[in-house]
Amino acid sequence: MKRWMYLTGFLILMVTSGLPLLAAVEEGQSQHSEAPKAFDAGKFIMEHVMDSHEWHIMKIGETHIRIPLPVIVYTKEKGLSVFLSSKFHQGNNIFNGYMLAEEGPHEGKILLANENGTIKEEAPLPLDFSITKTVAAMLVSLLLMLLVFLPMAKKYTKNPNRAPSGFQALIEPIIIFVRDDIAIPSIGLHRYEKFMPFLLTGFFFILTNNLMGLIPVPPGGANVTGNIAITALLAVFTFAITTFSTNKNYWKHIFDAPGVPWWLKFPIPLMPFIELLGVFTKPLVLCIRLFANILAGHFIALSFIVMIFIFGQIHWIAGYGSSVVAILFYVFMTMLELLVAFIQAYVFTLLSAIYFGMAKVEEHHS
Amino acid sequence: MGLVSPDYGTIFWMVLAFSVVFFILRKFAWGPVLNMLKEREQSIEKALQSASEAREGLSRLQAEHERMMQEAHGERELLIAEARQIREQLISKAREEAALENARLLEHARRQIESEKLAAMSEIRQQVATLSVDIAEKILKKELADRSKQETLIKEQLSDLKLN
Repeated sequence: MKRWMYLTGFLILMVTSGLPLLAAVEEGQSQHSEAPKAFDAGKFIMEHVMDSHEWHIMKIGETHIRIPLPVIVYTKEKGLSVFLSSKFHQGNNIFNGYMLAEEGPHEGKILLANENGTIKEEAPLPLDFSITKTVAAMLVSLLLMLLVFLPMAKKYTKNPNRAPSGFQALIEPIIIFVRDDIAIPSIGLHRYEKFMPFLLTGFFFILTNNLMGLIPVPPGGANVTGNIAITALLAVFTFAITTFSTNKNYWKHIFDAPGVPWWLKFPIPLMPFIELLGVFTKPLVLCIRLFANILAGHFIALSFIVMIFIFGQIHWIAGYGSSVVAILFYVFMTMLELLVAFIQAYVFTLLSAIYFGMAKVEEHHS
Repeated sequence: MGLVSPDYGTIFWMVLAFSVVFFILRKFAWGPVLNMLKEREQSIEKALQSASEAREGLSRLQAEHERMMQEAHGERELLIAEARQIREQLISKAREEAALENARLLEHARRQIESEKLAAMSEIRQQVATLSVDIAEKILKKELADRSKQETLIKEQLSDLKLN
């Protein structure tokens, strides 16, 4: 009986995870039948992982189904303009003197347009503070966090010293894990408390966005933690907190590391240079690790889907036939990414905590 | 919007949104939750400690109780033994006393009887003496009623004297 339940669940998972793909298959086929233009797998994948001004869900026939997102641009001559990105799709990609570049070096960006619908080449790019797909997905995740954690915190203040219940029971072990297995061992018992809010927020931010990225339908499916701006900023936060909580000894260890022969420091400051470089490479590595891991996960998962279109181009039977294998692989990848979502959140938090712990070097260390 | 070139719009929104959420969560979620977790852990620890203390106290009490029971038991045995001894002593002493008293009473009675007997004897003797004197008187009166008899007696007496 139980086995049947598992099997049904597995089938539902396959069907739902494949649901947007069915539409995508349509997309591929329509492309195939309509034009000799070959299906561009690279472009397809890049479109999915890249940021954009609209949230594309699917395309049925020739109609695109997309969630319009607010565009916020500023230019000196036109001032601040705020409008929905759907305005671009009502005409010829131009609205209010702005146009959404469909190709070229500024593809996907908003440019100033001439009266006749060409790009104003000489004009500088408008300042773009739009709520893009990445930003929107991030906001959804943050909102989700607020919706989960604020009521949960209320439960703690209302019924202190009670066994956790409901969602609280799911989150509490993670909070305790972050505290007991990440913060306390790497920072130390007497200093960890100051860093807990950042570690928890960071952990849950990465975890939520990683998990949301695995859901194939909006508001999931966006590539937030695989966006270099997001991961870079997280790393900058870690770097800033580390730097602001350093003590004298930390800098002494960098510029005048004890126990290192003097000739490694004096005429050519080799060790100080390497140590100083290490200060910056640590957050850089944090940034790139998270970015690359999540991006790669999206790439691989999408590559399996793209296989369907490639086979579909050869023959529609091949397309449907390969879809079974591709979706199996996709499900497998999603399972793997589920693991990666937790691992990357853990690794980022753990390394941040270790860097915070290293910021205060004890005197008697050497 | 390159793959590896960070977009400043995204950075702007990220800094803004992340900071807002960070400060909200720090104030309203992580702070209370971590405090409560700590408090709860402390209260659990305290409860466990007091439970173990109570258990210890209980076992101590039980041991005390056991010891007291043992002691009481011993004391009772002792008391019973003592009581038995006292009873026996009492009985034997009473018996002895009774015997002594008995002897004393017997002695007393015997002495009384003796003295009574002596008194009676002397009285009898006296009575016998008076009676015999009376009788003798009567006999003498009868004997010495005529003159001749008196003279013979005197003669007899005188002869006796002569003998002496």
